Amino acid sequence: MHGFIFGIYPYIALSVLLIGSIARYERDPFTWKSSSSQLLRRKQLMVGSVLFHVGVLTIFIGHFVGLLTPFWVLELLHIGHEFKQILAIVVGGAGAIAALIGGFMLLQRRLGDPRIRKSSSYMDLIILALLLFQLCLGTLSIFVSLQHIDGSEMVKFMMWAQGIFTFDPNAASYTEGTSWIFELHILTGLTIFVLFPFSRLVHIVSAPVRFLWRPGYQIVRTKKRGA
Amino acid sequence: MKVRAQIGMVLNLDKCIGCHTCSVTCKNVWTSRDGVEYAWFNNVETKPGIGYPKDWENQKRWNGGWERTRSGKLRPKQGGKWRILANIFANPNLPEIDDFYEPFDFDYDHLKSAPEMNAFPTARPRSKVSGERMEKIEWGPNWEEILGGEFEKRSKDYNFEGIQKDIYGQYENTFMMYLPRLCEHCLNPACAASCPSGAIYKREEDGVVLIDQEKCRGWRMCVSGCPYKKIYYNWSTGKSEKCTLCYPRLESGLPTVCSETCVGRIRYIGVILYDADRIAEAASVENEKDLYEAQLDVFLDPSDPAVIEAARKESVPEEWIESARKSPIWKMAMEWKIAFPLHPEYRTLPMVWYIPPLSPIQNAAAAGQVAVQDDMPDVRSLRIPVRYLANMLTAGDEAPVISALERMLAMRSYMRSKTVDGVVNLGVAQRVGLTPRQIDEMYKIMSIADYEDRFVIPTTHRERVEDAYSLRGGCGFTDGNGCSTGESKGKLFGSAKFIPPMESQK
Repeated sequence: MHGFIFGIYPYIALSVLLIGSIARYERDPFTWKSSSSQLLRRKQLMVGSVLFHVGVLTIFIGHFVGLLTPFWVLELLHIGHEFKQILAIVVGGAGAIAALIGGFMLLQRRLGDPRIRKSSSYMDLIILALLLFQLCLGTLSIFVSLQHIDGSEMVKFMMWAQGIFTFDPNAASYTEGTSWIFELHILTGLTIFVLFPFSRLVHIVSAPVRFLWRPGYQIVRTKKRGA
Repeated sequence: MKVRAQIGMVLNLDKCIGCHTCSVTCKNVWTSRDGVEYAWFNNVETKPGIGYPKDWENQKRWNGGWERTRSGKLRPKQGGKWRILANIFANPNLPEIDDFYEPFDFDYDHLKSAPEMNAFPTARPRSKVSGERMEKIEWGPNWEEILGGEFEKRSKDYNFEGIQKDIYGQYENTFMMYLPRLCEHCLNPACAASCPSGAIYKREEDGVVLIDQEKCRGWRMCVSGCPYKKIYYNWSTGKSEKCTLCYPRLESGLPTVCSETCVGRIRYIGVILYDADRIAEAASVENEKDLYEAQLDVFLDPSDPAVIEAARKESVPEEWIESARKSPIWKMAMEWKIAFPLHPEYRTLPMVWYIPPLSPIQNAAAAGQVAVQDDMPDVRSLRIPVRYLANMLTAGDEAPVISALERMLAMRSYMRSKTVDGVVNLGVAQRVGLTPRQIDEMYKIMSIADYEDRFVIPTTHRERVEDAYSLRGGCGFTDGNGCSTGESKGKLFGSAKFIPPMESQK
């Protein structure tokens, strides 16, 4: 089971994520959207959504940089594993608290408000619940990490994550003997990857940062040939 | 000079009877779907009133349109690009559906399916969004119809700016007018500028502003960006929608549905040539009162040989240049100067213009206290305060509105003496700076308003810009997803098919 979750499931999840997203973008761009429900109810969204998004983005960037930064880069920058572990706990913990507060406000709103409940799809509910579950697991794992503040466990997961992306056949073995909380956390995380192309999460890919360097403000479309 | 053609519209408010035919036909064609029940691409408001959505004209509240920065540059009033992105998780300027109204239907089925009861069965309202019972309907798209509601509430109307409005709450002094509204298809659209995805664009060939439904991601910044609140977020599809100026009809030379069905014949559609290079300059003039004149300066005279040559160079079709010469919009806006943009102070350079309405004279005139010359009372004695119209149409500059009203009064007076007394009254024409020929033409276009005079719409020459061969057997105009019919049982991607609450309860 461990071998499957850490050795094979990551590849399944990443493949579904990639191919599924491309397929949806190609075949059904009309469904590619953020699915905002702010129009229907402003209450709770103004605070909840900001907390949730800022928190989750902090955590996401933290995980991405934390897991996938090659070891030699860390050495070059003289960043010790203990320092990195503490940084992860402090910044990640703050992000988790913000995301959890925001997330539960959004869940309460989605389930409690008749307008939002009626216009929600099953996937909206599943993905929000799964994200919150994942946030709880991540927060709980902080207590495990406090047991080995030297970052030794973290290094195992870094090796594993980098192993996955470098097609290291032994990747799964690096995380053997770690806490079940981490195992469940990663299983849930990969499952979110699998569901990604089928849910509203795809809006992450469309984060409109290109807006910032769009020349000027206006857009004119021409039908002239060659234009 | 970069010549572009724009399909513009003028609405003669003097003839609007507030029948809502435009709104209803538009609704039937475009927004009788899930998620846009609350949306009226065309709506008719009774003024004074706060309108639909509530208080939409007040940009201190909604932050729509543009603002001029101290350096003289334009920036969306809701903020520059960084600010817009910072608001993406929760948009503080977005109206809630209740600001429009919560759409509802009635339990009609209960009328025939109710068991035997003591009381007569009634059809009670139910929300189209949540499906819940609505005990009391608090607001609708036309709640202020014909001055409905207390003056206290309606007097929040932004156009009362600078007017001692209390007396207009008195029965003897009250006034009203209709204001049909649709997307302005602006030369400087704030919605397009605010769209982070770049999904909103202006068509080069006819100026129609559209939302690419496949590119829209539902960031909803256009809704707050548009000062006219004429972009509607479809809460079912998660995409924004707007008036398309019925472009499939325009392309074949037909007027929009709202114009075609207008029983008062108040709507005019025609081509205006304008200089795209002058837009930024015109929209950023310092004084708001100069914006109306600045927009007039952007328009190009289609009879000017230099303009014609430049238009040909930009490959504007010959037929379009010809139509621009016959354009009723050009005549009303530029020759007679009787049509005005709606709220030019939003700096979007709107392209749906309005002829201000005349109104009955106040009691004073009847009592003989107002000077009447050539049957023309002083326009300041008209029931609708000139300042009110000026606040709506010229950013508060009264002179152009007065001149327009006088010209319309002069037209009446001139035609009256011509047809009733058989006398050509040159004096009245000269007094308002028009020639008898111009007045005759005004009369023909504005009062007789024949179909051909109202709608001068050249067809789009798609064959010149697109490979028609590859279009054969295509799907034509579809809503949303390419050739999809929009009907699907379940979808791998995207949400489950929304079942309207009405149907789910059966």
